[in-house]
Formats: sequence, C-alpha cells, structure tokens
Amino acid sequence: MQIYLPIAEVSVNAFLLLGLGGMVGVLSGMFGVGGGFLMTPLLFFIGIPPAIAVATEANQIVASSFSGVLAHFRRRTVDFKMGTVLLIGGLFGAAIGVVVFNYLKSMGQVDLLVRLCYVVFLGIIGSLMFVESLRAIQRSRSNVKVSFKRKQRNWVHTLPFKMRFRTSGLYISAIPPLIIGVAVGVLAAIMGVGGGFVMVPAMIYILGMPTKVVVGTSLFQIIFVTAFTTLLHATTNYTVDMVLAVLLLVGGVIGAQIGAQVGARLKAEQLRILLALLVLMVCGKLGLDLLMEPAELYSIASGAGH
Amino acid sequence: MTRLGWLLVVFCLSLPVQAEDVVLGLSKDRVAITATFDGSEILVFGAVKRETAIPETPLHVIVTIAGPYKPIVVRRKDKRFGIWINTESTKIEAAPSFYAVATSAPWDEVITKSQDVAYQVSVARAIQARRTTHADAEQERFTQAVIRIRTDENLYQLLENKVTIDEQTLFRTSIEMPANLTEGSYDTRILLTRNGAVISTLNTEIDVRKVGLERFLFSLSREQPLIYGLLSLAIAIFAGWGASGLFSALRRS
Repeated sequence: MQIYLPIAEVSVNAFLLLGLGGMVGVLSGMFGVGGGFLMTPLLFFIGIPPAIAVATEANQIVASSFSGVLAHFRRRTVDFKMGTVLLIGGLFGAAIGVVVFNYLKSMGQVDLLVRLCYVVFLGIIGSLMFVESLRAIQRSRSNVKVSFKRKQRNWVHTLPFKMRFRTSGLYISAIPPLIIGVAVGVLAAIMGVGGGFVMVPAMIYILGMPTKVVVGTSLFQIIFVTAFTTLLHATTNYTVDMVLAVLLLVGGVIGAQIGAQVGARLKAEQLRILLALLVLMVCGKLGLDLLMEPAELYSIASGAGH
Repeated sequence: MTRLGWLLVVFCLSLPVQAEDVVLGLSKDRVAITATFDGSEILVFGAVKRETAIPETPLHVIVTIAGPYKPIVVRRKDKRFGIWINTESTKIEAAPSFYAVATSAPWDEVITKSQDVAYQVSVARAIQARRTTHADAEQERFTQAVIRIRTDENLYQLLENKVTIDEQTLFRTSIEMPANLTEGSYDTRILLTRNGAVISTLNTEIDVRKVGLERFLFSLSREQPLIYGLLSLAIAIFAGWGASGLFSALRRS
C-alpha cells in the first residue's frame, strides 16, 4: 500500500516503512542500541531526503527511548543528577548542531556533512566493536577470566567544579559530563541519532560510571535532547514528517520488544560481532557512495529562501 | 492602399486563426492528494469547432500540462580530496515542478522552432523564457541537467504521437501524473497547429491540492510549527509509553 508523506512529498510503500521500523526495532532490542544510526542511512537509501530523514528520526528516537527508560525508572537505574548535567550540555550541543546543519543546508553541503559524519562514526564504532568482540570470543575459548577494574582516578578527577553524584557514587567535576553532553547533542542534531553509541562508552571509560546506571541515564538524556532537536528542526526547517515518524515508530516499538526476547537467548559476543559487521556494512555503502563517481553529477534543491 | 484595404488584409490574415476553435473536456479539473495518493491519470479530450470546410493540410494537436513554477538551485558534484562533493551551483529563477507535452505526431512535424519559442511549448523553452539573465553555455548545461533529472523522475514528459485525432475534429489523450506531485494550479494548454504554425490555443487549469489529513498536517507544520512539533513529540511519547505498557501487560498474563 503506497502512502503519501505530506512533508517529504514522496509516496512510499507503508509496509516497507513498517518493515524497516520493525527490523531496526528488533536489532535495537537485541543489541540495546537506539537504532537511529541504522535507520537514518536506510531512509537515505529508500529515497527520503536527508534533511527529512534526520529530523524525523530524531522524533522516532523520542518514542523508542521513552519506551526504554520506563523500565529503568522502575529499577531505579537512572542517575537524574548526572542525566541533568549531560542534558544541559546536550541542549547546547543540539542548538549548535541545528545552526551548523542549517548553514550547510544553505550551502548545499548538508548531504556531505551527514554522510561524512556517518562514515567516520560508524567506521570507528564498528571497527572497535568488531575487534573487541573478537577478543572476547578468544578469551571465552581459552577460558581465562579477566577481571576489569574501573580506573579509580584519572585526569577527570583533577578538574574544578566538583559535584557529588549519589546514584553513580561519584564525586567528579561537572565539566567532562557537560562536554560529553554537548558532543552528543551536536551529533543528535546533525546525524539524527540519539548518540547512545558515543555516550555509553564515554560514561563508562571517561566518567567511570557504574555500568548498571549508564543505559538508563543515557536514555533519560536522549529523550530530552532528541525532543529538543525535533522541535528545532520542526520550527526552523519544517522537516519533521509526522506520517513517516508514526509508521517507523509503530514498527520500531513492536520490533524492539521482539528483539529484546531474541537477544536474551543469544550469546553476547556473537551478538556484538553481528552488530559490528552490520555497522561496518552500512559505513562501507555510505563511503563507497562518496568515493565512486555518481551516475548523475547534478542535483536539484529548492531555491526558495535565498 | 486605403485604410479600409488594410483592415481587409488584417481581417483575411486573422481569419484562419478564428476559423478553428477548441472545445475542451477534462476527465477531472481537480487532483486531490490524499494519504494513499499514488499518482493520477488525466484524460484530456475535445473537439475542433469550425464554420468552414476542413483545410487540406493535416491538423495537429499539442496538449501541455505545467505544474507551478518555482525557483531551484542546481548543483554539480566534482571530485575534491578524493570524494565527490557539490561544487558549482546555479540558480534557475523558475522551473515547472511538472511538465507534460503530448503531441499528435513527431515533435518536428507538429511545431516549428520559431513557434516553439513564441508559444514556449517545450520544457526547455518554458524554462528559458522565464530567465531574467542571459544563459551562457555553462548555465545551459545546468538547465539540461534539470530536464534530464526530472525526465527520469517522470516529472517532465514528452509524449509524441500520444494525442489521437479522429476526422480532424475529435482529439483525446491521457497524461499520467506521478505520485511525487507538488501542490498548486497546473496550467493546461491545448494548441492546434497546421504546417508547424499555431492556429488556435486554449488555456485552462487543473487544481492539485492536498486534502484531508495531508492538508491538515502540511498546513499545521508551516503555520504552527511549534504546535506541530509538540504534537509529534506527544505522539512519540504516547507510542513509547503504550508499547512498554502493552508488552509488560502481555508478559504478566
């Protein structure tokens, strides 16, 4: 069944969108990731204009993060104070991101920026995850137990403006979480992602937060940052397509619940290798598009507003 | 020659133009873009009204449908630092968002070049006629690119031999409009030609509008963007909350 998207002004198959939403939802449920970094490039591939894909995906992430954070509220694994500090940074970052996005859009380079960000970040995260999970599989084969120890003191502890974060059991400067928040906010606005894939490692390795509060806290921050991004895109670019968002999130929330059940039955290392390969594949496809000579060198953009 | 003589000459010259007129019918003069809009087919039909005998030379009919003219920016990619990025760009003041031309014979037989320039029938002429600055060879390449891209997307169509004429009097054609239409009034023209010269024209309009939900969402997003954004968020939060609640209820049961 074809459905006409009122803002994107293209007609797409509704089942294709539901299916994409469902598939990415299953993956996000299995791997515990938001899925924005997969969904946005997939939307490019099926012909949704990048500006609309990015803004609409931000809206969809609000839904999936909200669905996810409720479980963490019940288990009390959200550090609200840390989340708020990250959020303040995130809101600044999102505002910067949208300004940069709009500036490059008027220059005709927004496509390039979004694609480059994707190639760089997917490439880094995919390779790191791949190597790390290969090592983990080797370790489990040789049956050697390695105990990880969180660094107790690093450069983070030498900065001023210290705050006490009770839920995380930390007494650190507010500057690193603020900076992490800004970085994630910029990414959310430019790439149409929640930024969990950057924030979660940063919270563990830079801030030294306990793993059990990391996911809930990042989801808490992501809801507000992506909500803010959605509003900014909706009011400055008019690029949020509600029909597209609804189709994606219906598929997404159902898929996520199925994925969570499937994920519980598979081994963690194998899951991570699969995810790493998937991320590298998307990265490769986007990278090739930039490197190969396009079939059509010319492109048309709306000339209004110049 | 007397003034009366001049009048007579003018009258005789203008006679063939008035001798044949178009009477037009459209299968619809409104296209409604609904949520399940999947393109539309418009049947254009009509008859030639004449008081005199049918002339010897064959009659040809051209039907054009043009979407709203909008300014566009065309960009070209070049290889820089090993990757393909947009470099050169040019602005075209007005290009139709949709343009279909149907003819009753091959293009060269129905209209001459000078008549095409005068009446702006082909899409290239229609774009050029609305340029305020003179187009150089470089800009011409950009214009050609627009025509090529939009032809690929089925937005620009040249339908030769697609108008059928019966007895030099009745004509009909059907034009497919794709799903990715923009809103606005679509200027529809019928041109009658003999020997490549236009002898009669008729203009009418087809109204293309988003309706229902599409209309509501589009207007809201432009007129009340903040409310539109907040509504999007409310739907997202409700859906997230609903899914979480539903599935935890399913698991408990």
